[in-house]
Amino acid sequence: MNLALAPESLARWQFGITTVYHFLFVPLTISLAAITAGLETAWVRTGKEKYFHATKFWGKLFLINIAMGVVTGIVQEFQFGMNWSDYSRFVGDVFGAPLAMEALLAFFFESTFIGLWIFGWDKLPKKIHCACIWIVSLGTVLSSYFILAANSWMQHPVGYTIDKATGKAQLTDIWAVLTQNTTLVVVFHTLTAAFLTGGAFVIGIASFHLWRAKRATLRGERLSEKRTQQIGAMRSSLRVGLVIAVIAGLGTAISGDQLGKVMFEQQPMKMAAAEALWETQAPAPFSVFAVGDVGEGHNSVELEVPGLLSFLSHSNFTDAVPGINDIARQEAAAYGGEPEDYIPSIFMTFWGFRLMIGFGMTSFAAGLIGLWTTRRKRWLDPAFRTGEYEVPRLMLTKKREMSPLFTTWSWRIGILTMGFPLIANSFGWIFTEMGRQPWVVYGLMKTSDAVSPGVGQTEVLISLGVFTLLYGVLAVVEIRLLAKYAKAGPDTDEKPPAKDPRLRLPSGGPGGGAADAEADADADKPLTFAY
Amino acid sequence: MSPDLHDIWFVLIAFLWTGYFFLEGFDFGIGVLTKLLARDRTERRVLINTIGPVWDGNEVWLITAAGATFAAFPDWYATLFSGFYLPLLAVLVCLILRGVAFEYRHKRPEERWQRNWENAIFWCSLLPAFLWGALFANLVRGVPIGSDKNYTGGLMDLVSPYAVLGGVMTLVLFTFHGAVFAALKTTGDIRVRARRLAGVLGLATVAVALPFLVWTQAHSGNGRSLVAMVIAVLALAVALVMNRRGREGWAFALSGVTVAAAVAMLFLALFPDVMPSSLDPRWSLTAANAASSPYTLKIMTWVAVIMAPLIMAYQAWTYWVFRKRIGTQHIPEPSAH
Repeated sequence: MNLALAPESLARWQFGITTVYHFLFVPLTISLAAITAGLETAWVRTGKEKYFHATKFWGKLFLINIAMGVVTGIVQEFQFGMNWSDYSRFVGDVFGAPLAMEALLAFFFESTFIGLWIFGWDKLPKKIHCACIWIVSLGTVLSSYFILAANSWMQHPVGYTIDKATGKAQLTDIWAVLTQNTTLVVVFHTLTAAFLTGGAFVIGIASFHLWRAKRATLRGERLSEKRTQQIGAMRSSLRVGLVIAVIAGLGTAISGDQLGKVMFEQQPMKMAAAEALWETQAPAPFSVFAVGDVGEGHNSVELEVPGLLSFLSHSNFTDAVPGINDIARQEAAAYGGEPEDYIPSIFMTFWGFRLMIGFGMTSFAAGLIGLWTTRRKRWLDPAFRTGEYEVPRLMLTKKREMSPLFTTWSWRIGILTMGFPLIANSFGWIFTEMGRQPWVVYGLMKTSDAVSPGVGQTEVLISLGVFTLLYGVLAVVEIRLLAKYAKAGPDTDEKPPAKDPRLRLPSGGPGGGAADAEADADADKPLTFAY
Repeated sequence: MSPDLHDIWFVLIAFLWTGYFFLEGFDFGIGVLTKLLARDRTERRVLINTIGPVWDGNEVWLITAAGATFAAFPDWYATLFSGFYLPLLAVLVCLILRGVAFEYRHKRPEERWQRNWENAIFWCSLLPAFLWGALFANLVRGVPIGSDKNYTGGLMDLVSPYAVLGGVMTLVLFTFHGAVFAALKTTGDIRVRARRLAGVLGLATVAVALPFLVWTQAHSGNGRSLVAMVIAVLALAVALVMNRRGREGWAFALSGVTVAAAVAMLFLALFPDVMPSSLDPRWSLTAANAASSPYTLKIMTWVAVIMAPLIMAYQAWTYWVFRKRIGTQHIPEPSAH
């Protein structure tokens, strides 16, 4: 059989496509839930309408996004059993537990309270309504924690034994699975990256609005009252996005460094592959650029920073870092087979690692530059200060504004920043999953042994085709819808709910009591929100 | 003798599926009724909005049933999901389109956009409502499973008169359940028509449910499943009477009991197997041989015991918050939200 069309390869493609696609929505959902919750809290506490409008605006984009995240998540859960049944049999005792916990602790929170939040604007007291979105946000964070605990177990299995009778993994210590350092560091890294993604998303859309308004004023157009209001909302949003991107970007870098050190210990092959470090070296250099010759087991072209890799793995510039060839020989000796069976795709891991860091740090840098150039007015000469409802000038120093050309490009890059973390996230996962190959559970089970034996080539071809087509169409639909609502901007004419509804408990009895008489007065009023 | 943990987990899995079919049963029914009952777009929106705030929470019962099966019975999960590959693919596609349809339908004013998503809501409610019944019929009756616990059949092994009847039964039963729900949750003309349609659908349910349940009882039944079957049939009869008398709350409670008792009957007929093999009874997956270790089951029991009552409480509260009936007068102008 053609190897590229073997059920295992097809199942891997399907898992890769559906997972990377799902993870485009996940980080945005995590961060936008929290950002929306923060904005609604600001509205509840201050009563300022601009926060209400911002909550509604970012909340709308959040809902368009979470719809896709939720439905593509169902595929993830079914897929283990559908395409990886031997994997499921082998790991179910350990891996199933965090998955079931995710459903019981996180998914019910998210799905139930999102319904209350969407439809409850005029049914719940403000504070309860705000609490609902915070519970959704908690749900998204819990969800990421449990699923990352499960994934970390595949990267670094702990708290288990192999049952002698069945040969399957058996859980012996759930606490170890939930609190091992791999889990904790990965959760830290993924959540900070999620907030970097959300921060960049906000920066991009706010930059779009501000730059559009700036160009309009440069053309001499007078902005309507509504546009002016929107500028105010977008100016505040831009600052929020920049601050989030900088803090989260810093967190992503710190957690990424920690995760790298953990991986040097737990999966040296992945990190050697990330650097295309073929031979063990002391001190080991950090590769900036390399073209590998996998057949020969060395690089044909390379550009390196001496000693830096030793520093990244061991915090000093001298220690040895094991190379691909040595590790492959060790693994072949330990698990059988040829050394080359244990080498992951060097091309994908090497470039995936670089694209992850490159795009992640570009977003961080964009946040940092943006934060400086749009800084508060007391740091600027009075001649250059702009009001709360004006597009900020991009200031290099106290009295020096960016040249028009640089201003144009800065705003454009601000808009593009929206996409950078999405690319970084995707390559981060491609790197970490492909870098673990040939293992599905590191050291315990190979990917080739994990696939469903009863599911044939035709079936996987059908599902791969169906998912690719469906996801492609939905991507177009989703992006166009997001663009429409992002471009429209906040609806500054919308009024917040006039009165704070009282929450009555079921003890009042359905249809009875004096309180219901009051409710009957506006019984025929249209719903404030309806599908 | 105290019951084994894996028997308790069999009951819990059955409970999760029962909850799922009770809740998403009427969701699917509402989806089908958007073409069967609603006369225009406003009425379709009335129906969709009766489940608007709750459908997502209802669907999580499925995610939890699947996740809990993975954790408590890995072999059951593995054989079931890889064996029923293509039908489950169809279910997934439907659940994806249906979920997106609810959220996106109203987000653009164009006629074609709204019509397409409305078609998605109808077909992607109808198809899973049928497929789940067909899949559970196969599950109870037994499918070709080899000595290595893997499904050895193909797609056509899942197609039989019994499976088709099972599918038709869940489709009609869920639509009836949905009509009773619509009568309970709407007001005005549509409420009257929902009640009338529920009467017809209830009789149709009797016509397909009786032969299917009797067939199930004859082929795989036992004393306990017989009791559940009797409860299902009685509840269905009383639900019809209550619906005719306009006691909508009671009618809904009893259509719910019908769904729950029918699902319970299937699980009782299944036990102690979880997936009987049609090739050799020795190769059947049982609650004992498909289960996880006692340690895992013990942890999961704790999590379930703490979380399940909390989940049911806040989901019930959601239904309370949105208890008000919806009529065409409540549907806002189709403006962009």
